[in-house]
Amino acid sequence: MEVGRERIYSAAELDAHEGALIEALRASSQQPVTDPDEWLQKELQRNVLVTSVDAVLNWSRRSSLWPVICFPACCAFEFIGASASRFDMSRFGMDILRGSPRQADLLITAGTLTWKMAPQVRRLYDQMAEPKWVIAMGACGITGGIFRDSYSVVPGYNRIVPVDVYVPGCPPRPEALLNGIEMLRQKINARSISTEGE
Amino acid sequence: MQALSFDEIAGLISAKYAPEMVAPSQGSLVVGGEHLLEVASYLRGTPELDFDYLISVTAVDYRGHFEIVYHLTSLQHSHSLVLKVRCPQDKPVMPSVVSLWRGADLQEREVFDLMGVSFAGHPNLKRLFLWDGFKGYPLRKDYSSGT
Repeated sequence: MEVGRERIYSAAELDAHEGALIEALRASSQQPVTDPDEWLQKELQRNVLVTSVDAVLNWSRRSSLWPVICFPACCAFEFIGASASRFDMSRFGMDILRGSPRQADLLITAGTLTWKMAPQVRRLYDQMAEPKWVIAMGACGITGGIFRDSYSVVPGYNRIVPVDVYVPGCPPRPEALLNGIEMLRQKINARSISTEGE
Repeated sequence: MQALSFDEIAGLISAKYAPEMVAPSQGSLVVGGEHLLEVASYLRGTPELDFDYLISVTAVDYRGHFEIVYHLTSLQHSHSLVLKVRCPQDKPVMPSVVSLWRGADLQEREVFDLMGVSFAGHPNLKRLFLWDGFKGYPLRKDYSSGT
């Protein structure tokens, strides 16, 4: 909760406060957040020092992507399948699902998101330490899927958080998710400290 | 310990209540809203009926009136019953049955949340799935989300 906000006492006031937060988030999320990939087009100013540091940084970042636990719906089971022994996500250093967003780099949005849940997902993203990435998994994660026109469903996670990689499918097979993770690893590998923080 | 057929249950009810209060119709009992609590406590409290378990409460929008549907069963006798109550759309208020079946608590809140039917006597009637400040009742036929 925000620092310095008014104290809340009764259950009715709590409900009203929660409702106001959801309505405010909904009103401010009518347009998608721009995908954070404009830096990919930039001409990188590379020199020997930067490329060496980049290589080490990107290697460490892409090799230990720790996902935060945020699985609102059924895509979670494909994610679980991907992380279990058959598809073995541990190969990419992703063997630890973090219960705390403070220790995670990656938000995989496995499932339909309702507006009532949206503030919590936004808070999870806000609590993750930089650098952080988001994979929109499944049709609901990308556009809201078949629930897009529903009164209660967020039409795509990119209304709430910036998305790096989109993985289509309903749900995507573990192979598709692994492909999306591989794309994200390539994207991380293209980063450079010379363009960070701009 | 004897399961009663619907006709036997309807016979018991017809013997006790006037037809304008309770009428059997196509395998279910249609009750007038003002008599719901009385009939329901009779169904719940009579030993040979003993409807001690409320399976579900749901609502149907018939454009003009709502129909609230109660599915009852007896764990003792293994017989079940469908109870229907109608209320006009311009005055959607029903008596709450939480005092008889505690399980009605969340179910009536769900009907209130999505269909906009109030339940008089409910201990905590507020929105369940949607949030405070949501406009409209989305399961009504005339609802439009505006998207």
